Amino acid sequence: MKMGEEVLRIENLHVSVEGVEILKGLTLTIHKGEIHAIMGRNGAGKSTLANVIMGHPAYEITQGSIHYMSKPLDELEVFERARAGMFLSFQYPAVIPGVQVGTFLKKSTQSVRQVELSARDFRKELKDAMGMLNMDSSFLSRYVNDGFSGGEKKRLEILQMLLLQPKLALLDETDSGLDIDALKIVAQGINMVAPLAGCLIITHYQRLLDHVKPDYVHAMIDGRIVESGGPELAVKLEEQGYEWLEQHQ
Amino acid sequence: MSEQARDAVGDYRYGFHDPEHATIRFDKGLSEQVVRDISALKNEPEWMTEVRVKAYHHFNERPMPKWGNCSELNNIKFDDVTYFLRSSKQTEKNWDDVPEDIKNTFNRLGIPEAEQKWLGGVTAQYESEAVYHSIREDLEAQGVIFLDMDSGLKQYPDIVKTYFGTVVPYSDNKFAALNTAVWSGGSFIYVPKGVHVEMPVQAYFRINAKNMGQFERTLIIADEGSSIHYVEGCTAPTYSTDSLHSAVVELIAMKGAKIRYSTVQNWSSNVYNLVTKRGVAYENSTIEWVDGNIGSKLTMKYPSVLLRGEGAHAEVISVAYAGEGQHQDAGAKVHHLAPNTTSNILSKSISKNGGRSSYRGMLQVTPKASGCRSKIVCDALLLDEHSRSDTYPTMEVGNSTADLEHEASVSKISGDQLFYLMSRGFSEKEAMGLIVNGFFEPFTRELPMEYAVELNKLLELEMEGSIG
Repeated sequence: MKMGEEVLRIENLHVSVEGVEILKGLTLTIHKGEIHAIMGRNGAGKSTLANVIMGHPAYEITQGSIHYMSKPLDELEVFERARAGMFLSFQYPAVIPGVQVGTFLKKSTQSVRQVELSARDFRKELKDAMGMLNMDSSFLSRYVNDGFSGGEKKRLEILQMLLLQPKLALLDETDSGLDIDALKIVAQGINMVAPLAGCLIITHYQRLLDHVKPDYVHAMIDGRIVESGGPELAVKLEEQGYEWLEQHQ
Repeated sequence: MSEQARDAVGDYRYGFHDPEHATIRFDKGLSEQVVRDISALKNEPEWMTEVRVKAYHHFNERPMPKWGNCSELNNIKFDDVTYFLRSSKQTEKNWDDVPEDIKNTFNRLGIPEAEQKWLGGVTAQYESEAVYHSIREDLEAQGVIFLDMDSGLKQYPDIVKTYFGTVVPYSDNKFAALNTAVWSGGSFIYVPKGVHVEMPVQAYFRINAKNMGQFERTLIIADEGSSIHYVEGCTAPTYSTDSLHSAVVELIAMKGAKIRYSTVQNWSSNVYNLVTKRGVAYENSTIEWVDGNIGSKLTMKYPSVLLRGEGAHAEVISVAYAGEGQHQDAGAKVHHLAPNTTSNILSKSISKNGGRSSYRGMLQVTPKASGCRSKIVCDALLLDEHSRSDTYPTMEVGNSTADLEHEASVSKISGDQLFYLMSRGFSEKEAMGLIVNGFFEPFTRELPMEYAVELNKLLELEMEGSIG
């Protein structure tokens, strides 16, 4: 496989939250067109990794570095990271009462692309994307994530990802709480974005990986990647759990 | 503009002012003679002069309200206020006849444009009197009367005499007395039986002069089975000395009628805005107050409805935005005086940069008013640690069949919301603007679209100053 340009390079990353170290020396490089899956149990630091890459202010990098498109990330604010092409699909997307999905999507697409979009062009783009994700137009007049089911929230995340066309897509447990139909739709969305982006999929389960084929699978324990491999590693982790890895520690 | 001046003006977009344009300006201060002179200048019938004089004496004797912001009220220097200022010889029907600078002011405020696009009629008041007034011919042909209040009194003295002061008597409170004594301008509307005015009619109130007092008086009567939507907007220049705006609005909804009264007051932050708004709703009628308070130094305003006829309904949706140096003391009062009457009150407030917003509400159910329902929801959003929000609800329930609900909440913008929005490309201030607009959405969706868009823009501008 021909390697695409480097999108993300994490070296020896140590991260603390309120003085407690969560990531303890994590190293990972993602190139354009690669899909990486990180698996691990609750508390392994998977969501911390996603949040710290996106720039969450509660996380402090105490050692190591993150480079995005070969530039150090620590100088960029969260919104600048978004405008530079980074996207995080949230495990628990925030509710924004009173803000309609349609308005939100247009404003956010405009913010990220830094262009004014004509109502007409945007409507067409939106309609196509929603069609692919099998979303009804009634979504657009609802308030952002307000009263949404788990599946609806995840589909809205994927819709945003399609519209924002990221260069780096971070998907934090986007598969959790989805039925099989929704899971397939989410997978379809990821597969559409993947060829042009670096993808980092954080998951507990192997089942999303039946529909999105990862190039690399990483097992994470206690703030570090302890084992990397191909798709077969995901199967093994699903079947055997993580104990066999802990013994190596 | 010097740095200092810009600091004072801030983001207030309407803070410009024109050279003063007085054809008649009264000396500062108030006396019985001033009251009589205003009445004489307007050639009013004697009964009106007498009402004014009685109200003036009541104003003198009546103590300041004991609630709201007493210390701030006591700062009002009544002797420094100009009580009457005529800036145009007459009310024109064509914008081209309005004096040039005044016309330009209203152009900048977008009034003529709005009139062409979506309004059924417009009154533009500048200082004490209307300078422009117009109503669509089709409405006039249906018998709809829409005039400035001075013309209303001249042309329909009997209707005015029948209803003036019946909903808000001068003895109601100190500022109602002041308004009755020196009122000038405002709107007079009568909608005949069964006529539905489909397009909103608008009044716009502009204070231009320094230390000005504006005391408009509005009376709207919707006859049986009719309906009307009245919209009002208000702005003033930013001066270092204070102006006083003290209006009285009286609404009368006859059997089966519907009145909606929408306000977005965006006074500059040197204006005391002390307004009495009340409506009487007869059998199966509806009165809706949609009341937005964005500007002013101190606002004290509690739109009220007296539900006097069986099955009548009141709706009060209000928002208040209190920034630095501002106190919005707003709320709603609903009196259930007849059986099976219903009311909904929704109040939303935002406080920022040390601003203070208070909800002050009164809900009354009298013993004979059985089967009433009322729902009150008050939500406050605090944008920082040094801002303040208070709730002062009062309930007097004299009938045990009443079904009442009251919910109140105080919230802050959460870090999760900000992070989520910023991860979608919004800067921190854009994210806050979005959250604030969303918070006010239940209010803005009730406004005509053009107003809603304008208000959202305004709030986004206000957010720019909120990040350190």
